[in-house]
Amino acid sequence: MNEGGPDPAARWTDAVLAAALIAVDPVGLKGAGLRALPGPVRDEWLGRLRGFLPPGTAWRRMPSAIEDERLLGGLDLVATLNAGRPVVGRGLLAEADGGVVLATTAERLSPGTAARIAGVLDTGEARIERDGIALALQARIALVALDEGMEADECTPAALRERLAFSLDLGEIGIRDMPDFPADLETVLAARRLLPDIALPREAVEALCLAAMKLGIASLRAPILAMRAAMAAAALHGRIRIEDEDLRTAARLVLAPRAGALDAPPAEEGGEEKQGEPPPPEPVPDEAQDGREPEADLSEIVLEAVKAALPKDMLEKLTGAAAGGAPSRSRGQATGSTRIASLGRPAGVRRGEPGRGARLNLIATLRAAAPWQPLRRRAANAGVAPTQAARVHVRRDDFRVTLRKPRSLTTTIFAVDASGSSALARLAEAKGAVELLLAECYVRRDRVALLTFRGQAAELILPPTRSLVRAKRSLAGLAGGGATPLASGIEAATLLADTVRRKGESPALVILTDGRANVGREGRAGREQANADALAAARMAGASRLRALLVDISPFGQPLARQIAEAMGAHYLPLPRTDASGLSNAVLAALPKA
Amino acid sequence: MRAVFPFSAIVGQDEMKRALMIAAVDQSVGGVLVFGDRGTGKSTAVRALARLLPPMRVVDGCRYHCDPDLGGEGCTDDCPARAPGAKAKVAKAPVPVVDLPLGATEDRVVGALDLERALTRGEKAFEAGLLARAHRGFLYIDEVNLLEDHLVDLLLDVAASGENVVEREGLSVRHPAKFVLVGSGNPEEGELRPQLLDRFGLSVDVRTPADLPTRIEVVRRRDAFERDPQGFVAGRAAEEGKLQRKIAAARKRLPEVEVPEAALERAARLCMALGTDGLRGEITLMRAARAYAALEGDKAVADSHLRTMAPSVLRHRLRRNPLDDAGSDTRVERAVTEVFAS
Repeated sequence: MNEGGPDPAARWTDAVLAAALIAVDPVGLKGAGLRALPGPVRDEWLGRLRGFLPPGTAWRRMPSAIEDERLLGGLDLVATLNAGRPVVGRGLLAEADGGVVLATTAERLSPGTAARIAGVLDTGEARIERDGIALALQARIALVALDEGMEADECTPAALRERLAFSLDLGEIGIRDMPDFPADLETVLAARRLLPDIALPREAVEALCLAAMKLGIASLRAPILAMRAAMAAAALHGRIRIEDEDLRTAARLVLAPRAGALDAPPAEEGGEEKQGEPPPPEPVPDEAQDGREPEADLSEIVLEAVKAALPKDMLEKLTGAAAGGAPSRSRGQATGSTRIASLGRPAGVRRGEPGRGARLNLIATLRAAAPWQPLRRRAANAGVAPTQAARVHVRRDDFRVTLRKPRSLTTTIFAVDASGSSALARLAEAKGAVELLLAECYVRRDRVALLTFRGQAAELILPPTRSLVRAKRSLAGLAGGGATPLASGIEAATLLADTVRRKGESPALVILTDGRANVGREGRAGREQANADALAAARMAGASRLRALLVDISPFGQPLARQIAEAMGAHYLPLPRTDASGLSNAVLAALPKA
Repeated sequence: MRAVFPFSAIVGQDEMKRALMIAAVDQSVGGVLVFGDRGTGKSTAVRALARLLPPMRVVDGCRYHCDPDLGGEGCTDDCPARAPGAKAKVAKAPVPVVDLPLGATEDRVVGALDLERALTRGEKAFEAGLLARAHRGFLYIDEVNLLEDHLVDLLLDVAASGENVVEREGLSVRHPAKFVLVGSGNPEEGELRPQLLDRFGLSVDVRTPADLPTRIEVVRRRDAFERDPQGFVAGRAAEEGKLQRKIAAARKRLPEVEVPEAALERAARLCMALGTDGLRGEITLMRAARAYAALEGDKAVADSHLRTMAPSVLRHRLRRNPLDDAGSDTRVERAVTEVFAS
């Protein structure tokens, strides 16, 4: 994936340099995202980082499915039972104060957990408002997010990536690509002492800000983190003056991975520049800095450093996420592909009685009961022989149940016939229906995807999302017209549904077509072949037992559309005239929640 | 005490700052929602607000810090203001700005039996939760769109009634909980439920500043603050004082700000043009414009106040029209131009 970028040895050196910088200023740099499969290279990097940290520095592994109890802290069950009074258990983030938290399989972190960690990174403290405890504990940590994602959209949540200074990819680095690195614990400790004295020249700040802006990096966290990285780099070299070299390091390690990757304005995601060029030097209007362009040469130095660090295929990689749907399952272990759809995601613990789908959470119940044991024992056991006395007194008020989302996430995939034979208005209705369904889905945190087929092939317009903002962005400017490659449309939708299913979510398919296929699978025109191919694709879809709905939008109903629906095992719904809300209602009615 | 980045040191983001200050001038405007890009200082601004609020008068010893002018009305029985005979003492207290962190459990939000007291002294006492602490102040939820659904339901209920009712662990408590809800979040993480959206009087869209000098200034101030938090805060004391006095003066002036008939009519026509549901939009627009006039030192609400406040008040109240590709801001702007042209 990185063939176009710097060679493995250089990337490895940079990765180790990042580790040293984190060790110099863990709190300022907040850590790194590390994309790599588990193995000797990743272990080696972690070993280096640990080697740079003073002995005794906290080093905690955090599983991605961690519960709030362990993450943030709460009532310590065992200690409370022993002591007979509430005892606070510190969470993992507070335990790691002054050290490093390793988030394993960070690509699996839920948005909620990511937000909790992000809050701690921002404030440097873990707040507990749980189990009758109100407390804020210091948690000044650096986070290393170990990301084993394989597909482009399978990665550490953006809320965290945005806050961590570095984003390292150790892919395709071999154990032999590891030159010596001229830093050790002593160097780091010396750098830590120097750090507070490092002055930050105005021109350096301006150069980093200008470079970030020219690269289309919107968030202001990027230049702030780059600044910290430059300071740490200077300290690592035993200087208190920031030199060009430090700015180059900061640009390469902090700005380059963010170029166009986060918060990019939509124009840049579009893929007009697929030629493998680095982003244009001036994607932003320049009126803002009229006349007072601060030290052009310095910012040029920074920009050059970024360009050199960008892999040649970066843009394709970025747009690759949008072209997704085609699964890439060729590599190594099959994380995620073999996962069984979960019974529902835990959605918090609350007081209440078990039943009606709520399961008793024994630990939480005991925790609620724990502080009361001495009192209750005294009250209940008065005059009872010790042998008959109950050991644990649990009252109804103690019951805690785990709330679960009763089903897995549903992703509704719209496949819309955008050909000339389908009236163009249909496209507008489909767009409207997608947005209405999204609005409908917000509570359930469901997702929606949209692909269209016209001309020669199907195109994924909106990868699965629950963000109306993203949806609106991709739906605007959707074009129609051309032939009807129905087979390709069905096939692409089925593939996408498979991908969704492998993520443990349940797909639902909605196809809008007038059934007048005229382009076959191979892209050749011809109605007969097209019909046969469409039916074949439909049977394939039927074999994977998808929940599906076929909306026939032809004026008088189309026999082929009905046949395709039957072959797919889909509901058939002739709907010659409707509007966006009619369509979304029809979809909700026909595809009841799983 | 950890130093907080001062409100007056926030560069740009005028709409967000204005909305927060208006909520500080007139709490009945009803909450502020700050939605937008990452790294724009949303939570920094909200947390900085606490320092700007002039202290409030409270009944001394009342744990819900209730208003002395109400004489204990609506408060719990143990409020000193309700004690027969004796006249309760009045004290000054800072207006609370309470942070509700994700991961908070229900018992800490609504309050529960005080474990420590029950165990050590065998007393059945109510330990007030975050809602009680936020009474007469602000309740802030960062990443509000990620808050668990059962907590959202609970907040909706309390925000509507202004009262928190606790029936658990053998306790039966009912205490006042009127607070201004402030939420922030990133729309890419998911939408907000319309019921909750409706609770916010003002909603603000924050974007990262796009001009270089502003961006440089943000980064430099951030650096200065991180190097020497206490010194930085001390250096801004004069500016902070100025803002504090501005808010205090606006609160005093607020009851005297006139609302001319013509302004009422304009507000009504604006809401009609945009098809907002119910009267809430109009009332909030009126209140927000009045608070803004007070903040600006004006004696009456004028068109300029309405125009400035219209986007914050109305953008989250538009009925979604999926076929209209224009964003809600454009729609508000269109309606404003139309209504104010006549």
